[in-house]
Amino acid sequence: MSQLLQQPWIAVAAPALIALAIAIAGRRAVPVTRWFALIGPALVLATGVAGLSAHTSAPVVSVSWLSQGASSIAVGASVDALAAIMLVVVGVVSASVVLFSIGYMAEDPAQARYFALLSLFSAAMTGLVVSTTLVGLFAAWEVVGACSYLLIGFWYHKPSAANAAMKAFIVTRVGDVGFLLGIALLWSSTGTADIALIGAGVTALSGGVATAAALLLFAGAAGKSAQFPLHIWLPEAMEGPTPVSALIHAATMVAAGVFLVARMWPVFAASELTLYVMLWIGLVTAVGAAAAAVAQRDIKRVLAYSTISQLGFMFAALGAGSWQIAMFHLVTHAAFKALLFLGSGSVIHAAGTQDLHEMGGLRSHMPVTTITWVLGAGALAGIPPLAGFFSKDGIIHAVTVASPVAGGLLVLASLMTAFYITRATVLAFGGQFRGQGHPHESPLSMTLPLMVLASGAVGLGFAGEWLAELLGGHAGLDPTVAVVSALVAVTGVAAGWMVYKRGPASDVALQGRLGGAYPAMASAFGVDALLVAIFVTPARSLSGKIYRRADRGLIDGIVNGVARLTVGLGRVSTSLQTGQIDLGAALVAAGVVVLTALVIGWGGR
Amino acid sequence: MGVLLPVLLPLVGVILVVLFGGGDRSRSRLLASIFALATFIVTLYLAAALHDGGSEALRWGIEAAIPGTGFVMLAIDGLSLPLVVLTGFLTCLAILSSWEVGESPTAHHALLLGLEAAVMAVFLADNLILFYVAWEAVLIPMFFLISVWGHENRRAAALKFFIYTFLGSALMLIGIIVLARSVQTLTIVGGVGAADPASQSLVFWLLAAGLLVKVPVVPLHTWLPDAHVEAPTAGSIMLAGVLLKMGGYGLLRVALPAAPEAFSAAAPVLAVLGGIGIMYGAVLALGQSDLKRLVAYSSVAHMGFMLLAISAGTSAGIGAAMLIMVSHGLVSGLSFFLVGAVYQRTHTREISRFGGLGSKIPVFGGAFVFAALASLGLPGLSGFPGELLSVLEGFSRFGWWIAPVGVGVVLSAAYNLYAVRAVAHGTLAPEWTDIADLSTRERIIAAAFIVPIVFLGLWPATVLSLTDPVSKVLALTMGGGQ
Repeated sequence: MSQLLQQPWIAVAAPALIALAIAIAGRRAVPVTRWFALIGPALVLATGVAGLSAHTSAPVVSVSWLSQGASSIAVGASVDALAAIMLVVVGVVSASVVLFSIGYMAEDPAQARYFALLSLFSAAMTGLVVSTTLVGLFAAWEVVGACSYLLIGFWYHKPSAANAAMKAFIVTRVGDVGFLLGIALLWSSTGTADIALIGAGVTALSGGVATAAALLLFAGAAGKSAQFPLHIWLPEAMEGPTPVSALIHAATMVAAGVFLVARMWPVFAASELTLYVMLWIGLVTAVGAAAAAVAQRDIKRVLAYSTISQLGFMFAALGAGSWQIAMFHLVTHAAFKALLFLGSGSVIHAAGTQDLHEMGGLRSHMPVTTITWVLGAGALAGIPPLAGFFSKDGIIHAVTVASPVAGGLLVLASLMTAFYITRATVLAFGGQFRGQGHPHESPLSMTLPLMVLASGAVGLGFAGEWLAELLGGHAGLDPTVAVVSALVAVTGVAAGWMVYKRGPASDVALQGRLGGAYPAMASAFGVDALLVAIFVTPARSLSGKIYRRADRGLIDGIVNGVARLTVGLGRVSTSLQTGQIDLGAALVAAGVVVLTALVIGWGGR
Repeated sequence: MGVLLPVLLPLVGVILVVLFGGGDRSRSRLLASIFALATFIVTLYLAAALHDGGSEALRWGIEAAIPGTGFVMLAIDGLSLPLVVLTGFLTCLAILSSWEVGESPTAHHALLLGLEAAVMAVFLADNLILFYVAWEAVLIPMFFLISVWGHENRRAAALKFFIYTFLGSALMLIGIIVLARSVQTLTIVGGVGAADPASQSLVFWLLAAGLLVKVPVVPLHTWLPDAHVEAPTAGSIMLAGVLLKMGGYGLLRVALPAAPEAFSAAAPVLAVLGGIGIMYGAVLALGQSDLKRLVAYSSVAHMGFMLLAISAGTSAGIGAAMLIMVSHGLVSGLSFFLVGAVYQRTHTREISRFGGLGSKIPVFGGAFVFAALASLGLPGLSGFPGELLSVLEGFSRFGWWIAPVGVGVVLSAAYNLYAVRAVAHGTLAPEWTDIADLSTRERIIAAAFIVPIVFLGLWPATVLSLTDPVSKVLALTMGGGQ
C-alpha cells in the first residue's frame, strides 16, 4: 500500500496497460480478460486508502516531459488528501461499474472494446487526480474526455449515439480551450505549470491576471461539469451504455470540474469576480436543470438533468467559497447518483425500456433494485439521515451565508429535486407494470454493486466532518438550515407522491397545471436549440461558403489568373500544359546540371 | 561517409529499379523496398551516432566530404536528424502502401526513391546552392507522381503545384544570391552567416517567399488541396509527410540564421500567418465534401501551429515546431493512407456517400478514429505536445493576440469528429455491404504509423532531446534568449 503511495503513477500505468492487453486479446478472450478490468480500480482504491491513512504528505514523483532550452515542463504525481478522497471515489465507483457491466454487457459482441475503454478511463481519471502540474492534469483531462467520447458512441452504428458522442466532445472542448488559455496565461505569468508553485505565486499576480486565469480555468470546469450554458451535451450523453453514465457522466468525470476548482483553489480565491460568476452559474444550473428533470419521460434523462443540477449545487458551494463542502457533496453525490444510474440500468435491463410511462410495479419483481434505488432517491432528495441530506445542507448553509437570495433559490431547487426523484420512483416502481414482457431481478454481479453503493448513500453523510477536516475545513450542520431543508425534502417527496400515485396520467395533469412552462421544462428551456441555431448551423453553412467563395473563388481565382497570364506569355508553360512533360522535365534537368556545376564551383566558399 | 548514404542509397536504388525492374511489379517493389529499408536503417544508424556524440555532435553535426576532395557537401545535426529519420521511415511506408500500383510500377517506385534522395539532400545539404538544387529537384519526381499516377484532374493539379512552388523558389534563389553577395560562407550546418543588416529584410522575404509557399501559409496554400486530392496515396504521404516540412526546416535552417534581425522583426507577421492558417485551415476542413481535401486542409491548420511556434523565437518554440513537423508527418501519413485505402475499395472520396463503415470494417474504423483523435491533438498522441508548446510559447510572446487560435482548436475537434461521424459511425450505407477490411499488409502499415504516434505522444523528448542543442543556438542568434 505504501509503495502505491510512493509511486502513484503505478495506478495510472497499470490500468492503461491492462486496457491495451484487453484490447489486443480481443473478443474470444474477453470472458476472462474483462475481469482484469477490476485490477485498475482496485489499485486506484488501494492508493486512495493509503493516502487517506497516511499521516505524512506523500512525495512528488515527477519527470521533465517537455524540455527545450531554458524552459522545462514537468509532469508529476502525488497523493494529497484531496487526491486521496477522489481516488477512493473513483476506485469504488469504477469497481462497482466494472462488476455491474460484467452482467449488464454480457451479451454485447464488442465487450473487449468496452472493458478496455473502462480500464483506460480509470487510468486517465487517476492521472487527472494525482497530477501535480497543470499540463499533466490537462492531458489526463483530455484523455478522460476521449474515453467519454468513445463510450458515449460505444454503439456507434446508432446515429443518435454517434451524434451524442461528437456533441459531447466538441462542447466540452469549447471549455477546454478556455482551460488551455488559462494554463498559457498562468505559465507565462508565473513561469511554471506546477500547481503548488502557481498556488504560492498567485499573490504576486495582478488582480486582472488572477481573475482572467480563474475565469478561463472555470470555463474548462464548466464544460466538463456540464454547467450552463455548456451543459447541453450531458443529456444526450445518455446514449452510452448505462454503467458508463454512472461512472463517467455522474460520479467521476463530470465531477472533475469541481475537483479542478478545488485543486486550483488559490487562483480562485484570488478572484472575487470569478467566485461570484461561479455562484450564479451554479445556481442557474441547479434550478434550471432541476426544473427540466421534472418533465422528462426517459428515466436516464431525469438522472442526467439531476446530475447537471447537483453539479450546479457544487459550483454554488465553490462560488460561496466553501470548496470543502463542494467536495463533500461530490463524494456523497458520486455514491447516490452512481447508485441511481446503475439502478436505472438494472430497471432498463429488466423492463426493456427507458420510458417511465412503460414501467411501473417493478417493486414486486426486483426487490433489491427497488430498495437500493429508494435509498439513493432518498439521499438525493435530502431525507435525513441519508448522505445527501448532510452535504446538501452544508451547501445551502454556505450559500445562504454568502447570499440569502442564492440560498433561497437553492432551497427551491431542493424542493424540485425531491419532487422529480419521487416522481421517477413512483412511476418506475409503484402501481402496476405497464410494459411488455416479464421483468425480473438482475443477477448478483449487478445487485452487489448496488448494495455497495447504497451503503455509501446511507452512511457517507456521517463522514462529512472527517472529510472536511482532511481538507482543512468544516462541515458543521446548521440547525436552522437542517430543519428547513428536511421539511423541504419531506414536502417535495410528499408532493411527488400525492401527484404521481395515480401513475403516468398525472403528467398530463401537471402539464395542464403548469401550462406553457411544462414544454419549456421538457426542452430544458430551449438552450440547446438556441445554441445550435447560433453556432452550429451557421458554422456548417459558412465553412462551405468560405471554401467556395474565398478559397476557390477569390484566392484560386487570382492564382489561376496569374497562371493564365503566365501561360499566355510563355511558350514553355503552354507546351507543358499540352502534355509535353518530357520537354519541361528536360529543361528542369538541364537546370539541375547547371546548378550542380555551380555547387561545385561556388559552394566551397 | 555515412551521411552520404541517405542520398546515395536511394539514387542507387533508382538506377537498379530502372535497370532490373523491367516493368514487373513484384521485382520493382522488392528492389525499391530493399533500398528504402536500407536507407531507413542508415538514418537510424546516423541517429545513434549523433546521439552517442552528445550535444556537441548534435550541435555541430557530422559532415561528409566527397571522397578525395575534402569538399563538404552534406552534414547532419540535431535539427535535420528528426526529419531525415522521418523521411526514411515514410518512404518505406509510401512504397509499402503502393504495393499494388497498377500503372508502370517500375517508374513509380523509381520516382519514389528519387523523391527520397532529393528530399534527403534538402535536409542534409551543407551549402545553400546544394540546398537550392535539391529543393528544386524535389519538384520533378513529385510532379510526375501526381501527373501520371494521380486521379481525374491530375494534370492541372500537378501543373499548379509545379508553377506555384517554382515561382516561390525562383524568388528564393534570388534571395540566396543576394545573401551570397554579403556573406563569407554558404555553409549551412553550424550556421549560415548573417547578411549585412541593410539587406536582411530583402533577403528574408525573398527566402520566405519560397519557404512559405511550401509550408504552406494562407493565401499561398491553394496548390496543396489540389495536389493532395489528385496525388496517388504514396504521393500524398510524401507530400504531406515530408515535402511540407521543407518549408519549416528552411525557415529554421536558412532564413533565420541568414537574417536574424529581419526574422525577429517579421515574427509578428509569421505569428499572424500561423494563426490565420490554424483558423482558416480548420474552417475550410469543416466545409469539405471530399474526404481527402478535408485531410489536406487540416495540414494547413497543423502547419499554422508550426509557424506560430517558430514565430515565438524561443528554443522551446523551435523545438515545438520540430515536434509538430514530425508528428504531422506521421498523423497526416496515416490519414492519407486510410483515405487511400477506402478510396481503393469504393472509388469515391465523397464524404456523404460513406457512413457506418466501422460496423462493416472495424479495423479500418478503429484506425480511422485513431487518426482523427491524433489529428485533433489528443494528449498521449504525438500531436499534443508540439501544439501545446506552440500555444504556450505563442502566448508568452504575443499574449492575448493568439487567443483566436482557440477557435481553430475547437474546430479541429469538429472537423475530425465530423469525418469520423460521416465515415465510420452511423448506419452502414447499403452501397458498401461487400467491402473488405484492411488486409494484413495494410494493417502492418497502419500499425507502423500508430506505434510511433503513441510513442512520441508519451515521450516527446525523443525529438526534443535531439533538437535542443541547435534550437538553443538558433534562439540566441535571433536574440530571443533561450
